[in-house]
Amino acid sequence: MAATYIPIASTTLSSSAASVTFSSIPQTYTDLVLRYSARTTLGAFTGQGYVTFSADTGSNYSSTGLIGNSSTASSLNNSSLQYIRIFYAYNGSDTTSNSFASGELYISNYSSSANKQLSIAAATEHNGAGSGEAYVSSNAGLWRNSSGITSISLSETFGSSFVAGSTFHLYGIKNS
Amino acid sequence: MPATYEPIVTTTLSSAILNLDITSIPGTYTDLKVIMTGVPSANDTLQMRFNSNTSNYSRTRLSGDGSTAASGRNTSQTRFTIADNKTTQPFFVEFDIFNYAGSTHKTMLYSYNLDRNGNGEVVKGVALWRNTAAITELNFFNQLGANFNSGTTVTIYGILKA
Repeated sequence: MAATYIPIASTTLSSSAASVTFSSIPQTYTDLVLRYSARTTLGAFTGQGYVTFSADTGSNYSSTGLIGNSSTASSLNNSSLQYIRIFYAYNGSDTTSNSFASGELYISNYSSSANKQLSIAAATEHNGAGSGEAYVSSNAGLWRNSSGITSISLSETFGSSFVAGSTFHLYGIKNS
Repeated sequence: MPATYEPIVTTTLSSAILNLDITSIPGTYTDLKVIMTGVPSANDTLQMRFNSNTSNYSRTRLSGDGSTAASGRNTSQTRFTIADNKTTQPFFVEFDIFNYAGSTHKTMLYSYNLDRNGNGEVVKGVALWRNTAAITELNFFNQLGANFNSGTTVTIYGILKA
């Protein structure tokens, strides 16, 4: 039977870290799924996600987001960036203590020679009463590169750190 | 142990086609997850049917194009309208079809994602097929007749409850 959601690697932070990287990703799966539960040291309610692949620092990334903040729905777009931006990805230090955001990146055909399209879902929530304190975002991301993804690096756009207790899990999915 | 996310079938196009049909889906699972990625031959709108049936479809969706968020609904349609489908970059869409072999009406959630470095489309939708027949077939096509290009892939996973 083909293997689906096979764990490839996991990281649980025992102390704060500026970034998390999964390296040496085998090219033997069809798709990748990365799930996280994360909080950052950013002095705000939410932090923005910063994702790069295979150490590519070129302006080969872009994303489109659909966002809700408990009162308003909106849509944003970034193009030709040096990273994929996850809109409103992580809880910041202004949120209720011990509250972490959840997210999932689904990367289809990550080892193919086509550009890589991914689906990203993120939710930040901390039982806050104000608009703009929590977000739900659904993002489409694009990495314009024909190489397979061999590493994934996550960080926060404004340079904050992930706090201890943040977890990141990478799975492989085979379609046959 | 129940089988979760067990691959049932994968279809990858070796040449462009107008209609992408997946048939003979076994009724032995609880739910289906469908992953589709590809590029249309022209800008168009992705459509979907079950069992080649042409009635009793409706859906509600939330969408964003990079500048505007919107919501819309279709009722009593001849097919599901999934999302605007554009060329150049591969789209990615995920469908979750619940209780697909049961004798009640069929509910589906879908998430469509396309970023084209400057514009894009994100769609989250819920869809309903008012038909009590088991789903044995998925039918994909584009509204205005665009083809699905070579390399378009559809994978169906079966999920079995305990």
